[in-house]
Amino acid sequence: MNTYSKEHVAYLRAIRTHRQAVRLCRALVLLLFLGLWELGARLGWFDVFILSSPSRVFSAIGRLWGEGNLFLHVGVTLYETVMGFLLGTGLGILLAVILWWLPFVNEVMDPYLVVLNALPKIALGPVLIVWIGAGMGSIIVMAVLISLVVTTVTVLSGFTAATTEKQFLMRTLGATKAQTFLKVVLPAGVPHMMSALKISVGMSWVGVIVGEYLVSKSGLGYLIVYGGQVFKLDLVMASVVILCLLAALMYGCVALLEKRFQK
Amino acid sequence: MEGALLSVENVSVYYHTPQGETEAVRDLSFSVQKGEFVAVVGPSGCGKTTMLSLIMGLNPPSAGQVRFPLGPCPMGYMLQRDNLLEWRTLEKNTVLGLEVQHRLNGESRGQTVALLKKYGLGDFLSHLPGQLSGGMRQKAALIRTLALDPELLLLDEPFSALDYQTRLTLADEVFAIIHEEGKTALLVTHDIGEAVSMADRVLVFSDRPATMKREIVLDFPRSMRPLARRESPAFQEYFAAIWKELQQ
Repeated sequence: MNTYSKEHVAYLRAIRTHRQAVRLCRALVLLLFLGLWELGARLGWFDVFILSSPSRVFSAIGRLWGEGNLFLHVGVTLYETVMGFLLGTGLGILLAVILWWLPFVNEVMDPYLVVLNALPKIALGPVLIVWIGAGMGSIIVMAVLISLVVTTVTVLSGFTAATTEKQFLMRTLGATKAQTFLKVVLPAGVPHMMSALKISVGMSWVGVIVGEYLVSKSGLGYLIVYGGQVFKLDLVMASVVILCLLAALMYGCVALLEKRFQK
Repeated sequence: MEGALLSVENVSVYYHTPQGETEAVRDLSFSVQKGEFVAVVGPSGCGKTTMLSLIMGLNPPSAGQVRFPLGPCPMGYMLQRDNLLEWRTLEKNTVLGLEVQHRLNGESRGQTVALLKKYGLGDFLSHLPGQLSGGMRQKAALIRTLALDPELLLLDEPFSALDYQTRLTLADEVFAIIHEEGKTALLVTHDIGEAVSMADRVLVFSDRPATMKREIVLDFPRSMRPLARRESPAFQEYFAAIWKELQQ
């Protein structure tokens, strides 16, 4: 069944070898990093009290697990992030639709949107705590604020991906504005919406962790702040590692969603 | 002229921009008979497209009027670029107009698919536009327009975005399709050869503000197709006459 020429077989093999080499080197980079870190800790190149070490991080995670607190902290942070992400992107897209629909409002709001986009939303933290109270609500609202504006701006620019000529075509076919939106503008904006989701995932994590720094009694952000205050750097590093894994996981979910939409 | 399908009467159009006022069309009058193929030739940016959207009823004239003496006339518009939606299959693209007008049913879908098959796109119904050649895409755009069964086709430089060879062969095919389906057509172009090879009558427009400079009736046998016309001696004469008119 293999009817390829020798040259083509060699070409295919070269591609496969290349891919394997990349994968292998990626793993090696991680191993080297962890290995040097551990080795340095054991040989006393640096103070483990300040820099911790992989084995200490690992046992810190084990301890959290043993105390039965691991899933509490992970669960709280994950819940806040997912809520912030869903609300932020949902409202952001809704806002973008409204602004597309009402060009006059869009024009009026444009400078405000620019300023809101540039404003570090984290600055509003203390205000939120006063308004909403020191709790999960403030943290979620913080995540929403951070992801909302960037979503609106990105999605709105995505809606302009549908050229005016395509919209003119819809007019010549006798389409209403709603039809033009649903059949041309919205589908044309899907790739932009996907990249907005990807940005927004990262933004939600920022919002939640900052929120937890400011007010919280549980969550990974809380662990990091607590660990820092009592100089338990093992705990801080352990939380950061878990955070890395969770953020990668959530980004992966969005990337998967994007792949489905592209079909 | 009574009995005409379309009658443009003393029409003027002004453009308004913050920089000022531009006269795009001045005191323009002409008519198109049912079943006729009329081409409008003029320099680029002379207000030909403005005139088409005027006829389509998308913009009102500043003065004069556009009438349809034979009664309401369903129209189809074909643009320079195909504007096929990349995420829709060929078949779904061609029924777009039927869909927005809530006229999509088994029968109209069947008719559209029959058109696609008849004109050589039958094997590509479930292909996406990105998988098709420029000529095929533009032909699909024509069928999207024909699916609505318009009386009058407004063709706005429909071949100018294509490469030369595709342009000639597609013009030949589109000519055949329009004649076979018995449509009336108004073609706007800056390509003299295209106008002479396709039309029954050529209207030569002046530079902006567009006015009618001259009307040339082309005397080719009705069944003579564009590629054959280009071979004939008369083609060169008409071409030269229009060229001269545009140079003045």
